[in-house]
Amino acid sequence: MNAHAKAHTSADARAKRDAMAKRDAVVQQDAVTGELGSTGETGSTGEVGATGEVGGAALGRSRRSAGPARTPRARPERGPKSDARTRARRTALRTRGGLSIRVDIRATIVGLTLTAAALAMGVVLIGTGDYPIGFVDVVRTLFGNGTIAQDYIVNELRLPRVLVALLVGASLGLAGAIFQSLSRNPLGSPDVIGFGQGSAAGALTVIVLFQGSSFQVAMGAVLGGLVTGIAVYVLAWRQGIQGYRLVLVGIGAAAMLSAVNGYLLTKAELVDAARAVIWLTGSLNGRDWDQVWPLLIACAVLAPVVFGNARGLRMLEMGDDSAYALGVRVERTRLVMMLAAVLLTAIATSAAGPVAFVALTAPQLARRLTRAPGPNLLPAACMGAVLLVTADWGTQRMFGADQLPVGVLTGILGGGYLLWLLVTERKAGRV
Amino acid sequence: MTVVSPVKSAAPAEAVVPEPPPRRRNATRAAGLVAALGVLLLVMAASVAIGAKAIPLDQVWHGIAHYAGTDTDVVIKDVRLPRTLLGVLVGIGLGLAGAVMQALTRNPLAEPGILGVNAGASAAVVSAISLLGVTSLTGYVWFAFLGAAIVSVLVYSLGGSRSATPVRLALAGTAITAALYGYVQAVQLLDTAALDKMRFWTVGSLASANVTVLKQVAPFLVVGALLALILGRPLNAIALGDDTARALGARLNRTRILAMVAITLLCGAATAACGPIAFVGLMVPHLVRAITGPDMRWTLAYAAVLSPVLLLTADIIGRIVTRPGELQVGVVTTLIGGPVFIYLVRRRRMAQL
Repeated sequence: MNAHAKAHTSADARAKRDAMAKRDAVVQQDAVTGELGSTGETGSTGEVGATGEVGGAALGRSRRSAGPARTPRARPERGPKSDARTRARRTALRTRGGLSIRVDIRATIVGLTLTAAALAMGVVLIGTGDYPIGFVDVVRTLFGNGTIAQDYIVNELRLPRVLVALLVGASLGLAGAIFQSLSRNPLGSPDVIGFGQGSAAGALTVIVLFQGSSFQVAMGAVLGGLVTGIAVYVLAWRQGIQGYRLVLVGIGAAAMLSAVNGYLLTKAELVDAARAVIWLTGSLNGRDWDQVWPLLIACAVLAPVVFGNARGLRMLEMGDDSAYALGVRVERTRLVMMLAAVLLTAIATSAAGPVAFVALTAPQLARRLTRAPGPNLLPAACMGAVLLVTADWGTQRMFGADQLPVGVLTGILGGGYLLWLLVTERKAGRV
Repeated sequence: MTVVSPVKSAAPAEAVVPEPPPRRRNATRAAGLVAALGVLLLVMAASVAIGAKAIPLDQVWHGIAHYAGTDTDVVIKDVRLPRTLLGVLVGIGLGLAGAVMQALTRNPLAEPGILGVNAGASAAVVSAISLLGVTSLTGYVWFAFLGAAIVSVLVYSLGGSRSATPVRLALAGTAITAALYGYVQAVQLLDTAALDKMRFWTVGSLASANVTVLKQVAPFLVVGALLALILGRPLNAIALGDDTARALGARLNRTRILAMVAITLLCGAATAACGPIAFVGLMVPHLVRAITGPDMRWTLAYAAVLSPVLLLTADIIGRIVTRPGELQVGVVTTLIGGPVFIYLVRRRRMAQL
């Protein structure tokens, strides 16, 4: 098998080298005629994306074949081996009647583990605070068998906060996975391309100009996010939507909205400004059942829509034409998924503020754990929940309860992750 | 795209294809530059005259030429004039930095604001103010340089890679910006006093201009601008691609390092003086290339004249729109620049430079 594999990869490598040499020649020609080296590439980013960029269904395959050709210390036998391994890890569940579901065992295990971790961290988080409660006591109280004091603290004060954290994390992770898949880029997450800022602008308007209640702030955030989402979609429309145009229009929108937010901050009284900055960072302090219900309803409605369209999204990663040929209604799937992701982001933001970088990191971390191609929607959602709950726990343990909003910690961690991502992506020649 | 000598002989003329002969073309360009200078002077006069208190132009002239110490004269000399001059310098800085960045990364969407260079300077300045207790501009301008330098090296190392498309570079820059502003926000949260001071600074405003600020940043901006203008010729060569440029005798590494130094000086000083101002460096070079064509020497010269026109106009608009309050110039440039950016993105061939 090894010999076969080697022959296989070296053929791959040769093909790759030839392709690169050809491309170099083209670039050279372009350069001589005074054009940019990147013209050819940007014109067809949509197509390039499917094979060359990160976040495509072809990721696993392209990395394996590109590995030996590009990085000097790559081990040639690694690719085929892992291929065999992943093949062994997929299996199909069949029923008598002829129904069958393909199950990726590794992804399933990862999803279950992440869910368990999120719930466990939730219980730990409930036990954390000025009045610490043990793990077992928390669980007992949650099932209704605690003392009155414990019952009040757990069910009235801390449980809603943890539920908000779980739901917000899951929504952001899901929205991030959708956008990264649509934009075919690991950086194309809603907080980078403008939707977080849109929600923030809506909320800030309410805080600063109308001194609104927290419910009105939440409504402002949802409205701001939706309007931004629709505006970006319309502006990026040009005989269809392309991932890169969506991203760039989003970046333009993000810049403008950030400016508006900055202006609103300068208009505010210092007290309002402080409240607004806390909101802008993303905070879970003092969240109660009023925030839980809308979130829960939104997730209950949107999650089935998202998972129902997951197949289409996965096909879309192969490029519009292939997806169309495979029977996916390309624009409709994209619109529905984008709308769902915008709503998820907006509602999560309205509950906890634009918590930085959860949507950016969760899908990528989930993907690295499952090693499965495709958008990895469910693991991404679980990962988001784990991340946010853990970050909230970390913030409380490190800085003391209610001292700093959770967004500070996710921001710092996200910044580190971003740096790492840029470095590795650059090494792999994808940024 | 042959290099055309700006003033003197038409020696390489036979290699040039365009319709009008080069000499006439250069004359047109020079005339255009003079006209642009005229516009700049007009906008400067308007910038001194227009504000919360409108001052007639004859009094403006009186206040500058025959300073007599009346209220109007004081407003002109201590507030409006430094503000206008700072606007001119910062405008030159941002416009040239944008033009050099676009040429260096060969990316039509490169811009100090979008690629996070201004954000790097901001983050460094905010750290200096809050963590190290630096209060004077002379103190934190160095931090601004440090921040701008780190980010511009980072961005360039990303932009230099073969597969860096405008999209990926813009995304990387935006993500870096988001991370850095997240940090700035965290610092502001920990330090409410700093928030009160910095929330005005972080939107980009010329309102705090005075003679001291002007004197402190002027040397850096002037040096940076001269450096950028000198680089026109080698940047022309780099536009042809690395190999061709080397064959033409351009020293690639030296040019790149000098360009980075220029970008750092210009962005760092501009950001230290009035906070991060985005999109000036994006819009002006695109506008200018439409007038001058791809020759970097003319592009840079025009950019140096037209960027302050844009910045001052934005500043004036900001002063008029919400009178007697002010819309900060950074907000206005972004609100103008955002649509321009989206327009550029929607163009069919985005990568034309």
